[in-house]
Amino acid sequence: MAKLPKPEELAKIDYTLPKTEWLDTPVVFKEGMFCHGSKPKSLELVGFPNPRDWRPADADWKLPADWKEILLKGIAERLEKYRSFRLFMDICVRCGACADKCHFFIGTGDPKNMPVLRAELIRSVYRKEFTLAGKLFGRMAGARELTVDVLKEWWYYFYQCTECRRCSVFCPYGIDQAEITMIGRELLNLLGLNIEWIAGPVSNCYMKGNHLGLEPHTIVGNLEYMLDDIETVTGKRIKPTFNRKGAEILFVTPSGDLFADPGTYTCMGYLMLFEELGLDYTWSTYASEGGNFGFFTSNEMAKRLNSKIYAEAKRLGVKWILGGECGHMWRVLSQYMDTWNGPADFLEVPKSPITGTVFENAKSMKMVHVAEFTADLIKNNKLKLDPKRNDHLRVTWHDSCNTSRGMGMLDEPRYVLKNVVNHFYEMPEDTIREKTFCCGSGTGLNASEDMDLRMKGGFPRANAVKFVADHHGVNMLANVCAIDRATLKALMDYWVPSVGVCGLHELVANALVMTGEKERTTDLRGEPLPSAQVKEEKA
Amino acid sequence: MKAIISFITVLVLAAIAYAGVAMGNMQFLFGVIIPYLAVVTFVIFMIARILKWGSSPNPFRIPTTCGQQKSLPWIKHSKLENPSNLLGVAGRMALEVFFFRSLFRNLKLQTHKGTQLAYGEAKWLWAAGMAFHWSFLIILIRHLRFFTEKVPAAVKMAEGLDSFLQIGTPLLYITDVVLLAAVFYLFLRRIGIPQVRYISLISDYFPLFLILGIGVTGVLMRYFTKTDIVSVKMMAMGLVSFNPSIPQGIGPLFYTHLFLICTLFAYFPFSKLVHMGGVFMSPTRVLANTSRVKRHVNPWNYPVHVHTYEEYENDFRAKMKEAGLPVEKE
Repeated sequence: MAKLPKPEELAKIDYTLPKTEWLDTPVVFKEGMFCHGSKPKSLELVGFPNPRDWRPADADWKLPADWKEILLKGIAERLEKYRSFRLFMDICVRCGACADKCHFFIGTGDPKNMPVLRAELIRSVYRKEFTLAGKLFGRMAGARELTVDVLKEWWYYFYQCTECRRCSVFCPYGIDQAEITMIGRELLNLLGLNIEWIAGPVSNCYMKGNHLGLEPHTIVGNLEYMLDDIETVTGKRIKPTFNRKGAEILFVTPSGDLFADPGTYTCMGYLMLFEELGLDYTWSTYASEGGNFGFFTSNEMAKRLNSKIYAEAKRLGVKWILGGECGHMWRVLSQYMDTWNGPADFLEVPKSPITGTVFENAKSMKMVHVAEFTADLIKNNKLKLDPKRNDHLRVTWHDSCNTSRGMGMLDEPRYVLKNVVNHFYEMPEDTIREKTFCCGSGTGLNASEDMDLRMKGGFPRANAVKFVADHHGVNMLANVCAIDRATLKALMDYWVPSVGVCGLHELVANALVMTGEKERTTDLRGEPLPSAQVKEEKA
Repeated sequence: MKAIISFITVLVLAAIAYAGVAMGNMQFLFGVIIPYLAVVTFVIFMIARILKWGSSPNPFRIPTTCGQQKSLPWIKHSKLENPSNLLGVAGRMALEVFFFRSLFRNLKLQTHKGTQLAYGEAKWLWAAGMAFHWSFLIILIRHLRFFTEKVPAAVKMAEGLDSFLQIGTPLLYITDVVLLAAVFYLFLRRIGIPQVRYISLISDYFPLFLILGIGVTGVLMRYFTKTDIVSVKMMAMGLVSFNPSIPQGIGPLFYTHLFLICTLFAYFPFSKLVHMGGVFMSPTRVLANTSRVKRHVNPWNYPVHVHTYEEYENDFRAKMKEAGLPVEKE
């Protein structure tokens, strides 16, 4: 792996354009900008085509002989299936409004990372094969032949897009590059052109129930560690249940929360909150993944992975489902799950057993985001909170791409946040809410071999964090996304090392005054609380 | 280069019409046959295009949400930016179509001190887009006076408002100036902004020059050369009443103007200009954010292979039991 350049060097972004037109500028695979190719085993386990050993940097990608027919047939099929795809191939006027909205373009300066040009990569082939003008006038009409080089260009750039949808907010016709990337990746998967960082988690999730491949006993074991830590902090021993039939609520969260900090602190937060509420809920080791890396391969794979959530809810006989903090998980749940695997008519409309609030907004899909759930609790005064326990933190809020632009959950987490911390500062308005910037590592690009890409793509986000760090002394970046918790940490360490990363419910649990708890002296991370420090000094 | 090719193409088109009439006396071709063909092409292929789009379903409900969702009753819902019903969608689309809402958001990336990013106001594209589209619409409405026996009040009102500055004889229409200026600006920005120039195709320059050509020939006729308006109206009425005639006294400049318009009509359904229809069908804008409230049905949803709980338990039964997890089969 190439050594990551220093931040000062990476921040010098070269926006000068190549001398040659983009159609004549061949793709160059730069180290640090792409991920390892998928391993045959990962593809075989789920039945993806063309499993083989291959390396993206190699000249020979070991494609099937009829690769071109497969792709063209694949395009034709998807034009029939998706109005979005058909329309977005036709109506772009190339006004360029999307160009400098993409975090990858801002961070790399590579013109093919302008959403419009990323779409043209595929549009040019569409014109050649599916439009009269393209067939008649060829290059003059912006059409080009599908070749192996074109295919490589697709691969390189469709794995430099995190499907964050920021471009579609600014597009006058709502053209959504996420749709085009999703279909582009689906086409690439027809030829076995995946990345291992996605293919591995997908096969894990299919066989073991979660991306990380945690087996049932490991899930229990991992939670036990957290329960130990909770006991140390609060003096309370919590006993959650797993795969329990007859529970009122099934809780599903991204497996990242079970694995590594700072996600684990968020997970401890859920455990403490639900304990304090006396919630009748269960974890599942079978549906142990809220996220969906299948979504980054194909619609079908995403549906296959997602099926476990409703299936498990049905098997356990719960009334409704509560979902943990995650970003892309919630785009999938809110815009796809019910369509794929519904109707969930065996469940009831979610109703908070604590406040009696009926979540009418989830009437059909029957699943509530934990931030919605907690906001309702706080509004109804059901939690005893001591925000002073978070006084050592000066917090800013990162809106996740998918909960913002694929759902619109903007104010629920803010309401929670404002009730559990005393120092909250928003980043500049053009970098938050529907205009939020991606962490730069979404859609399965959070590997280690593409760190250059991640740090470049995350630059706009980090830059906005740096602004509030410089102006308001912000030292904590809070969010509701498991991928963010995993990736923003690396991003902050690189660009703004003074800022940490945490989930919303870590802050909730810090502030949560639990019945019968001992006097807390540390936060969930084992760092001394500000109040404890004051007492120590006085003594 | 692409701009030059487009420019020359429009010049050649104009020259063909001018010469065809001035030297070839092909008034009937340019005044009757081509206009009919162009309109028929436009109508048939535009409908075909829209039907084609419509034939592909929206399998998923994928609005781009640009504001707060409708969730808890005490959280202020952004009804237009994240619509939860048809009314909200209508409002969102009205803002989009009449005022280019999304383009209004436009920002421009700036870098300060080398490493500090900022996002400045960038309303020029929006302003030029609005100016261009609205002027075009008003000009189109004004031209209805040629196609109606008795000029409708709305058309007269448009003319009155458009010329309220009361400059010159004949009175100057503001939209004539605005349209030409806006199109020219759109051209300048396309060649002037390096990134935009880099993404531009011939099919981006060509419609600009074509519309510029239409505008310039129109302006020349109204303000600089004499055109026999009465004859033009006679001809237009003949066309719409399917009783075409070629009145005397109409110069080649008019036929040039008409031919470029015909080119625009015929070119329209095969070009990016179809965004006019497409914007009304864009799934990220016209779908309400209701997928959690009401099940959205995908017409081609099909059963898939899943890894069932039973298979999972078979894989892990021993480990599950050891960890104290309940199992279905002992």
